[in-house]
Amino acid sequence: MSAYDADEFGWFGGPGAFGGRFMPEALIAALDELDAAWQKAMVDPTFVHQFEQLLQNYAGVPSMLYDAHRLSEHAGARILLKREDLNHTGAHKIRNVLGQALLTKRMGKTRVIAETGAGQHGVASATAAAYLGLDCTVYMGEVDTERQALNVARMQLLGAEVIPVRSGSRTLKDAINEALRDWVATVDHTAYLFGTAAGPHPFPSLVLSFVRGIGDEARRQCLDQTGRLPDAIAACVGGGSNAIGLFAGFLDDPEVAIYGFEPGGDGVETGRHAATIFAGSIGVLHGARTYVLQDEDGQTIESHSISAGLDYPGVGPQHAHLSAAGRASYRPVTDAQAMDAMALLARTEGIIPAIESAHAVAGALDVAKERPGETILVNLSGRGDKDMDTALAYFGLGKAGPADPPAGEGVEG
Amino acid sequence: MSAGASTTTGRAFEKARAQGRAALVGYLPAGFPDVDGGIAALRAMVDAGCDVIEVGLPYSDPVMDGPTIQDAAQRALEGGVRTADVLRTVEAVAATGTPTLVMTYWNPVERYGVERFAQDLYDAGGAGLITPDLTPDFAPEWIAAADARGLDKVFLVAPSSTDERIAMTTAACRGFVYATAVMGVTGARTTTSDLAGPLVARTRATTTLPVGVGLGVSNGVQAAEVASYADGVIVGSAFVRVLLDNADDRAAGLAAISALTADLAQGVAGGVRA
Repeated sequence: MSAYDADEFGWFGGPGAFGGRFMPEALIAALDELDAAWQKAMVDPTFVHQFEQLLQNYAGVPSMLYDAHRLSEHAGARILLKREDLNHTGAHKIRNVLGQALLTKRMGKTRVIAETGAGQHGVASATAAAYLGLDCTVYMGEVDTERQALNVARMQLLGAEVIPVRSGSRTLKDAINEALRDWVATVDHTAYLFGTAAGPHPFPSLVLSFVRGIGDEARRQCLDQTGRLPDAIAACVGGGSNAIGLFAGFLDDPEVAIYGFEPGGDGVETGRHAATIFAGSIGVLHGARTYVLQDEDGQTIESHSISAGLDYPGVGPQHAHLSAAGRASYRPVTDAQAMDAMALLARTEGIIPAIESAHAVAGALDVAKERPGETILVNLSGRGDKDMDTALAYFGLGKAGPADPPAGEGVEG
Repeated sequence: MSAGASTTTGRAFEKARAQGRAALVGYLPAGFPDVDGGIAALRAMVDAGCDVIEVGLPYSDPVMDGPTIQDAAQRALEGGVRTADVLRTVEAVAATGTPTLVMTYWNPVERYGVERFAQDLYDAGGAGLITPDLTPDFAPEWIAAADARGLDKVFLVAPSSTDERIAMTTAACRGFVYATAVMGVTGARTTTSDLAGPLVARTRATTTLPVGVGLGVSNGVQAAEVASYADGVIVGSAFVRVLLDNADDRAAGLAAISALTADLAQGVAGGVRA
């Protein structure tokens, strides 16, 4: 239990600060049931063992901590990459869904629902459901189903039903709304696999408990491999599950600086971004008090990011607390910076990161300028295969011929 | 004392009870088809027999609403409706003397400022708030602001609520208690729920406040069925549907609103039997 954890009501930073549970009464019993089952499971050695076995034997965890020499040369600091991109399904998200799906089985429920933006959480949920024999329905904004048709196909191949959401802005936030509506009506036999460390209590804490292996492993690996803790750690922050998973391992090491990199889109000054903590204000969205992109009347403003997985106008409440408490710094990284970092990592290390994760790499490169020669541990939360369409269009790739460096700067090396 | 006696909403329920019928509670979102059109429709509902009015505050992320109300709220937002327009709507409807509450998701109130919203609602003649995503255990600011002004605090109970939570909720309510009759979102249904009766009974066991039942009623026959066990019948989506179906002809829309209200009013009075 860290001083940065939530209290029993889900408040981070004291009653009324961040988090909580702003939810319809119809769902309170389900949230209480989930909370009780989760608390019990986490102290049950059988459950903990099952979860660890699944992670090891199915998901390929622990992911390696990789010393990125050529990137480090370029950065002027030692960059360590936590290779969550090598997990089964290609991202940290498998940890969360395996935990939640296992809990669903334990609770005797037969169906899971999930929301998804880019499709990564949907694919992970469909995977866990297939593996554990659960029915799976995934809600996805209609706009996103068109942007990410390949992931729709993956989910369908895995046996999930994908429902396009046509309400509101037809993106992730509306998919969450629709999943909540489903859950209200089906809660007796259905579990909601929430995709990030946000939403009403207990989801932020529950998701953290399943993804915190990222940070715990990274801390141990860093000590083993370098003999000391990193000077700084970095992760991208959309809803914030990969970041909170990494950060949790280091919150009580005050000598380790913590950086979260938010999607700056076209630049925060343009208004077309999803830098919720950096540029948003405190409000209530999807069941928690946190930073939100909202207008004067409290209506949610549509976010923008080249990375669909970061394109969310809210953020996990624990991040809001870590920012307010000064324990972590949150900075924006633009689409262009992220795409440059994607190309740079591909060319220096032979690793194509997810555009989400490229935000963390880009941010770490900036931090390296402030911390030359220091050690910066970056969570490489996912792989970039899913983003090749975006890369193809952005860099003008795909036509064979003499090699041109991708557009943008910073790809030498 | 009976908490229900202390507010205009409570008195509207008592008047209906004295007449041997349930109260008819009608909902429309503000700003649909536009602010003045919404006011005209709500006034038509008052004229044709609604005892209590709920004015919805259109919100970008309405997790409890089904497609019909979402559609109207979305159109209202696209039309540029603001929180101030909601308060103007309240003022215009409350001027009829019919108790007028705002039904709102929590964030717009928090953003406006809880104290400021409570004061402006009070000044507009509004009776109080119905808060579908705010439960009493997370509502200390609103409870304080409402108590300071005697505003109604209408919280929801659901079929899944434990007896303990129902008691906690009704203890925090003023005006009436909103019982959600089905597990699901708002929207007209072909039959009403068999979950509602037991929920009303469990709620009554904890309070003397009137209990209104919402979600799903769309005609007089269903209203009569709900009225047989509840103190109030809450109708929303069916009114919205009527406006959506008559989007091109406002006069026809108002006439249809009046006709639906009359049918429902007959229903709550027991005048319509299945």
